[in-house]
Amino acid sequence: MFENLDLTKLIFGRLTWDAIPFHDPIILGTFAVVAVGGIALLAALTRYKLWGYLWNEWFTTIDHKKIGIMYIILGLVMLLRGFADAIMMRLHQAMAFGDSTGYLPPHHYDQIFTAHGVIMIFFVAMPLVTGIMNYLIPLQIGTRDVAFPFLNNFSFWMTTGGAVLMMVSLFIGEFAKTGWLAYPPLSGILQSPGVGVDYYIWALQIAGVGTLLSGVNLLVTIVKMRAPGMSLMKMPVFTWTSLCTNVLIVAAFPVLTAVLAMLSMDRYLDTAFFTNDLGGNAMMYVNLIWIWGHPEVYILILPVFGIFSEIVAPYSRKPLFGYTSMVYATVVITVLSYLVWLHHFFTMGSGASVNSFFGITTMIISIPTGAKIFNWLFTMFRGRIKFDVPMLWTVGFMVTFVIGGMTGVLLAVPPVDFVLHNSLFLIAHFHNVIIGGVLFGLFAGITYWFPKATGYKLDEFWGKMSFWFWLIGFYFAFMPLYVLGLMGVTRRVSHFEDQSLQIWFQIAALGAFLIAIGIAAFIIQLVVSFLRRESLQDETGDPWDGRTLEWSTSSPPPPYNFAFTPQVHDLDAWWQMKQHGFQRPESGFIPIHMPKGTWAGIVLSGISVVVGFALIWHMWLLAGVSFVALIGTAIYHTFDYDRDYYIPAEEVERIEAERTRKLANV
Amino acid sequence: MQLVKYLRGASLTLLATLLLSGCDTVVMSPSGDVALQQRDLLVWATVLMLLVIVPVIVLTLWFAWRYRESNTEATYKPEWTHSTVLELVIWSVPLMIIIALGAMTWVSTHKLDPYRPLDRIDAQTPVPVGLEPLTVEVVALDWKWLFIYPEQGIATVNELAAPVDHPIRFKITASTMMNSFFIPALAGQIYAMAGMETKLHGVINEPGVYKGFSANYSGAGYSQMKFDFHGLSEADFDAWVAKAKASGNALDRETYLELEAPSIDDPVTLYSQVDPTLYHAIFNRCVAPGQTCMEDMMYHSGMGQHGGHHGEADTGHEGHGKHEGHAGHDQHGGQHD
Repeated sequence: MFENLDLTKLIFGRLTWDAIPFHDPIILGTFAVVAVGGIALLAALTRYKLWGYLWNEWFTTIDHKKIGIMYIILGLVMLLRGFADAIMMRLHQAMAFGDSTGYLPPHHYDQIFTAHGVIMIFFVAMPLVTGIMNYLIPLQIGTRDVAFPFLNNFSFWMTTGGAVLMMVSLFIGEFAKTGWLAYPPLSGILQSPGVGVDYYIWALQIAGVGTLLSGVNLLVTIVKMRAPGMSLMKMPVFTWTSLCTNVLIVAAFPVLTAVLAMLSMDRYLDTAFFTNDLGGNAMMYVNLIWIWGHPEVYILILPVFGIFSEIVAPYSRKPLFGYTSMVYATVVITVLSYLVWLHHFFTMGSGASVNSFFGITTMIISIPTGAKIFNWLFTMFRGRIKFDVPMLWTVGFMVTFVIGGMTGVLLAVPPVDFVLHNSLFLIAHFHNVIIGGVLFGLFAGITYWFPKATGYKLDEFWGKMSFWFWLIGFYFAFMPLYVLGLMGVTRRVSHFEDQSLQIWFQIAALGAFLIAIGIAAFIIQLVVSFLRRESLQDETGDPWDGRTLEWSTSSPPPPYNFAFTPQVHDLDAWWQMKQHGFQRPESGFIPIHMPKGTWAGIVLSGISVVVGFALIWHMWLLAGVSFVALIGTAIYHTFDYDRDYYIPAEEVERIEAERTRKLANV
Repeated sequence: MQLVKYLRGASLTLLATLLLSGCDTVVMSPSGDVALQQRDLLVWATVLMLLVIVPVIVLTLWFAWRYRESNTEATYKPEWTHSTVLELVIWSVPLMIIIALGAMTWVSTHKLDPYRPLDRIDAQTPVPVGLEPLTVEVVALDWKWLFIYPEQGIATVNELAAPVDHPIRFKITASTMMNSFFIPALAGQIYAMAGMETKLHGVINEPGVYKGFSANYSGAGYSQMKFDFHGLSEADFDAWVAKAKASGNALDRETYLELEAPSIDDPVTLYSQVDPTLYHAIFNRCVAPGQTCMEDMMYHSGMGQHGGHHGEADTGHEGHGKHEGHAGHDQHGGQHD
């Protein structure tokens, strides 16, 4: 790099005007829409003088509740992008038969299915799950914030930084054309010399820092900061599943970081970890990425199991059936999720005994999972079930998820997997559990806790519309894929010869459009509810007659969550408090020690994005400078000693008196 | 509970009919014995699981309806949270099903291990004594399939043929990308990986033309990486071999290196003769002149003589391709990972 120093090259690396996809009308159109929308948004923010408010109250906040909400907003925004990719694929596959090549050139189609998978897992499901955990865990365990409040803000911004880099790849250069796990040798420098895989690597590495640190943070929070009296077996189920999830995050994400680091060394430094030649071995990558990848599936589904457990009890007007077995089931799943990764590649030829072992461990997971389903079922049994929107999602989930579970166990039988591996049957299966499980649960959770976060409930009608369109849309979109899988159709194919398949793809595309209506209904629900917030208002803080501590606070909760740390005597602490005629303390408040907001999270993340972008484009000068800036800023921030403040007792008293007044009006 | 029993029976029948009667679904109605056994396993595993899945779905819907808020006649037990008997049932029923399924899995995974030579032609016919399987060496190239018939001394691109009711032994490798060799009508798939060899055994029981393709995404030409698999009578197969023999194309190392270059949608090509060491050189990554074969590299580095024999390795190990039982031969195979 030094022998013939070219200044342009040193500054711009391999970035040239060719990297901007002027030739692609689809991307250019998208860019125009995004640019116009973005400028309109920025203009509106400036016009209504919201920058200061956003910066002070949101971007720099260390309040776990606001960070949780920002995570959820990030997840929902990225859902729109991920879904746009999905519907483009569905449309393309419904068209690309025989002489018609569809409307997407293969290199664009290949980027879309890669981006769809990466976005949906890393930038939709993960932020939504983390957001709900962030919002709820401190409230459920009766504490004022997470263990490391600044780290929490930093984690959020790093995740967002990864998402930003991901979005940049749409307009500058290209994204990976490798599938969402970027298997080598395809993702190696010889086969993918472009910037796509580098965008993939750095987007995930930057977001991965956020995920890992947030895992550490929440883990410590649950272990160390529970209210007095809340022993492990008195924790709400959602907190339990979150505990297990964060154990999984802390144990699994470093593996992803390591495997991506090795891949980047192969690409940048000519090492030979996963190459075909020089003793590299791609099978090692596949093993390592799934050692992260399979626990990742449980990282997504466990908190959602927790959400359903929290919802099914109050709406059935009963405590949860079999709390203890629920907890043990969660722990068993956590442990087993590390012993099944090889089922993702039985077809690599590992031999019958190894394959059988991993097939059987996979099946064993279905036992605790089945127990959970039965526990929800028997919570409903002899209850008085109120079919509000969260409960609809729950019942929709129970019916849909068991189908996905069954097809999952089928795929765990190695000889069956040999005929269904990489087929659309597999695609149908994991969408069956991720949509029917994770996504349904997230929507249920968002609807259920929405009044807690905002002070008003979500509109019922549009919520039900969203539910029904999602549910029916899901069946239309994915049941045909099961059939296609049995017809021997594989994933990631951009063109088909056999016309008899087309009808199934058309039904699937119809399903995707129904889901689009479901998403639109959800957005309308948010808007309508905001407009009608006066009539949907919840003054009690406990609109669903809840059982856990988050419902003992006001909606939205004050910055300090609890004026006095609650004492826990039993499972379902808030329910017990209500049963025993709990009286809110109305005097004797003391000043509350709180952490202060900081600029460091967003700034560090911003610089990380610049480092990532520079590395992707081989802009070595910028990479060096920004990396030094990153380290320097991080060190500078450690000298910031002005990190806390006290909420005066009078302020606490004022807030609590206001709540007393509101409660009296109810 | 009468209703539940009725529904269970009805849905079982319905599902079995759906699964078994799907005539255009190749996975459900294959033409090879191995794929057929895999199909049967799929059906039985499904039926076994439906024993618990169907009641769960029915109970969910039934409880949701029965215990709805407006039905004040239904029993309401607001404090009921535990039942040891029920807990035992909900853990032990899935456990028993998984024990049964686990046993099925263990047995069938060993029986249908793609590396295991076949012992039967179909459900009624064992492999006749003395009938040697047909060997086909499969190479996944970017983005086409090369099939080498070492016994016949021919090779083809994007076309595969085999006699009906004759066991086939595939030895599979790749030039660069990770692909998956899959003929759904014949048998399950197995990955094709560079520098490694995987194996697959199968037999086709009905004459016909079947689809074969790569089932693992491998980049730009992946969607076109297809071939036809012809199940032929012994006589037709001999005629097909004769046709290849008559083609006059020879596949030597130079031709292979040209063929190896990435290309999409290649036409079917037949080769009348093929370098007998070619396949071995491909999976040891030493086709081009001057490359050290992987097995020799490993041998030398193990002996502390790394890099000592560059250039001569190529000629020194020409014969390895024929030594089936050579100790170093399987060292690079996928089964040893």
